[in-house]
Amino acid sequence: MLEIKNLHVKLEEEDKQILKGVDLSVEAGKVHAIMGPNGSGKSTLSYVLSGRDGYEVTEGEATLEGEDILDMEPEERAAAGLFLAFQYPVEIPGVGNMTFLRTAVNSQRKARGEEEMSAADFLKMIRAKAKELKIDADMLKRPVNVGFSGGEKKRNEILQMAMLEPKMCILDETDSGLDVDAMKLVADGVNALRDAGRGFLVITHYQRLLDHIKPDVVHIMADGRIIKTGGPELALEVENNGYADLLAEVA
Amino acid sequence: MALPQIKQDATDARLAALTLPDGGWSDTARQEAVARVRNMGLPGARDEYWKYTRPDTLVQPDAPKAALFEAEETPVFGEVDRLKIVFVDGVFDAEASDDLAMEHVTIDRLADAADIHWAKDLYGVLETRGQTPVHRPLAALNTAFATDGVLIHVTGKAPKPVSLIYRHESETSDAILHHVVKVESGAELTILENGPAAARFNKCMEIDIADGGVLHHVRAQGRDPERRAATAMFVRLGSESVFKSFTLTANGVLTRNEMVVELTGDDAIAHVAGACVGDGDFHHDDTVFITHDALNCESRQVFKKVLRNGATGVFQGKILVKEGAQKTDGYQISQSLLLDEDSQFLAKPELEIYADDVACSHGSTSGAIDEEGLFYLRSRGIEEGPATDLLTLAFLAEAVMEIEDESLQDEINGRVEAWLTRRRG
Ligand SMILES: Nc1ncnc2c1ncn2[C@@H]1O[C@H](COP(=O)(O)OP(=O)(O)OP(=O)(O)O)[C@@H](O)[C@H]1O
Ligand SMILES: [Mg+2]
Repeated sequence: MLEIKNLHVKLEEEDKQILKGVDLSVEAGKVHAIMGPNGSGKSTLSYVLSGRDGYEVTEGEATLEGEDILDMEPEERAAAGLFLAFQYPVEIPGVGNMTFLRTAVNSQRKARGEEEMSAADFLKMIRAKAKELKIDADMLKRPVNVGFSGGEKKRNEILQMAMLEPKMCILDETDSGLDVDAMKLVADGVNALRDAGRGFLVITHYQRLLDHIKPDVVHIMADGRIIKTGGPELALEVENNGYADLLAEVA
Repeated sequence: MALPQIKQDATDARLAALTLPDGGWSDTARQEAVARVRNMGLPGARDEYWKYTRPDTLVQPDAPKAALFEAEETPVFGEVDRLKIVFVDGVFDAEASDDLAMEHVTIDRLADAADIHWAKDLYGVLETRGQTPVHRPLAALNTAFATDGVLIHVTGKAPKPVSLIYRHESETSDAILHHVVKVESGAELTILENGPAAARFNKCMEIDIADGGVLHHVRAQGRDPERRAATAMFVRLGSESVFKSFTLTANGVLTRNEMVVELTGDDAIAHVAGACVGDGDFHHDDTVFITHDALNCESRQVFKKVLRNGATGVFQGKILVKEGAQKTDGYQISQSLLLDEDSQFLAKPELEIYADDVACSHGSTSGAIDEEGLFYLRSRGIEEGPATDLLTLAFLAEAVMEIEDESLQDEINGRVEAWLTRRRG
C-alpha cells in the first residue's frame, strides 16, 4: 500500500536534515505503529507524505499503491486515498464543519471521476458516523475545530477519516490529549475502518492506544531513521524501559 | 476664508457644469447646499479626508466613461419579494418599477412631492448636520443638484422590503440621486439597493429613525468594472431604535461610501458593515463616522476587504463619544485579506471619547491567506482554488453575518462565491 524507500528530507528554509533515510512499507490490511522520542521526525514524515510546504525531499521515494505521491499536490494525494489525522488539527474560523466535509468528500469523488454524494446521503452518513464518535449536531455546525476541546478536535479528525474512507490512514498522535473514554471511541472508529484493503500508520507515544488498536508491526524512529522494527511486544518494551536501551543498541 | 485656488477652480468648474433643478419645496435647501459647496469647496487631493482616495474623477465636470457590463447571471435580490423602484442612469423608470403603494409605507418621488411634505424637515438637514466636524462637500453638492430620488415614510411594520434598483445604460451617465427616509416610532422597514446606477453616481440618503424604529439596509453595489460612485448615508437614531446596514462591493474602479451615524436617543443600536472583493483596477473606500450622543447606545463597524492584483482598500472609521454619552459600547474592526503583494489596504481607525464610562474597541489588520488552514483543507482533498475561496468567504463571514435576515445573508454569500469562482476562470 504505502512504500517509503530511503527517504531523506531537509527543511526548505534552512540547512537542517530531518529525515535521514526512512524505509517503511505498510501493506494493505495491516496496522503499523511508529513510536519514537520527541523530535525524532515522526510528524515530519507524516507531513511530507501528505504534501505540506516547507520540506525538501533530497533523496528517496514514497509511493501509494505503486504511484509516486511526492510530486502530487496535497489534494491529489488525498484523492488517491491518503489521509493524515493531524497531531495539531487546524482551526478554520468561518468555515462550517459540515460545509467543509461535504466539499472535501465531493472534491475527492470528483477528482476520482465518481459521482458526487447527494446532500441527503451525506447528511445520513455524517449523522451516523458522528453519533458513533459521540460528536453532537452542534459540533457539526460550528466552524472547523474552532472552540473544540483537544479531545473534540481529535474525534473530529476521526470523523473526517470515517467520511472520506481513505485507503491509507496516517494518525499522528491522535491519542494525545484524549481521556480514557475518548480513546476508546477513537480506537473503535479506527477498528471499524480496518479491512483488507486499508493500511494504517499510527504514530503514538503510548502503549494504551495500541491496547485498543492492535498493531501488526511496530517501528521505532530516532533521529530521522527507523532504528528498529518488531511486533507488538516492541511497544511494551518502550512502555516499560523507555528508549535508552534501544538507542544504545544502535549507537 | 478663501479656498486654495486649485480647489476654487475645480469647484467653479463643476458648479458651472450643473444646473439647479426646479425643486419646488426643496429650493431653499438646494440653494443653501450650493452655498455650502462654495464655502467648503469640492474635495481635492490635498484634503486630509481624501488622503487615501483621489477625488478628481468624482469632482471633474464630466463623468469619465464607463463601459456597460454584461452580467451573465440573474440580478441580485431577484428571489426576494419586494417593492421595486427602478432608476435608469439616475432617472426614475415608472414602467419598470412597481406601484409605489404598500401598507404602512408612503413613497413619493422627490420631484413630485407636494409643497407641504414631511421631507421638508429632513432634506439637506441631516446632510448639513453631517458636515461637522468633517466636510462632505460631495453630499452637499448632491443635496443641491439631485435630479431624482424617493421620499419614503414608514409608519408601521412594512410587509416587504423596498428595493432600489439602479440600472446603468449609458456609458457617460452622471447620476445624482437623493433619498430621504423617515421611520416613525415603532415602524420597521428593510431597504435593498443594487446596481451600478451610472458611469458616475453621486447618491445621498438621509435617514431619520424615531424612537423604537427599525431600519435594515442591504446593498450590493453594481459590478460594472469602470463605474465610479460616491455615496453618503446620514442616519439619525432616536432612543431604542435600530439601524443595520450592510454593503457588498464587487468591482467598480472607484467607490467611496460614507456613512455618518448619529445616536441621539438612549439605548439605540447602529451596526454598519461592508464586504468588498476587488481585483485589479479597484479602489474601495469606506469612510464611517459614528457619533454617540446618548446613554447606553451600541455601535458596531465591521468592514472586510479582499484585494488582489493591485486592488486598493481604504477604511477611515471614527467613533466619537460625546460628553455624557455614558455606557457607550463601541466596536470597530477593519480587516483586509491581501491575496498578493501588489494589493494594499490603508486604514485609519479613530476613537475620540469624552465620557468616562464607555467600552470602545477597535482593531485593524491586514493579512494573507492562512497557509496552515489552506494546507488542512487541501489535505482533505479540496483543490487549492476552492480551498482559497472557502477561506475567503470565511474571512468575509463576520461582515456578512451582520445582515439579520438569513436568506439575504445566503444571497450575498452566493454572490461572493460566484464572483470568486468566475475570477478563477
Ligand atoms: N518547519 C520546521 N522548522 C524548524 N524545525 C522543524 C520544522 N519542522 C520540524 N522541525 C524539527 O524537526 C525535528 C522533528 O520534528 P517532528 O515534529 O517531526 O518530531 P516528532 O517526532 O513528531 O516529535 P513529537 O513526538 O514531539 O511530536 C524537530 O527537531 C523539529 O524541531
Ligand atoms: Mg509529532
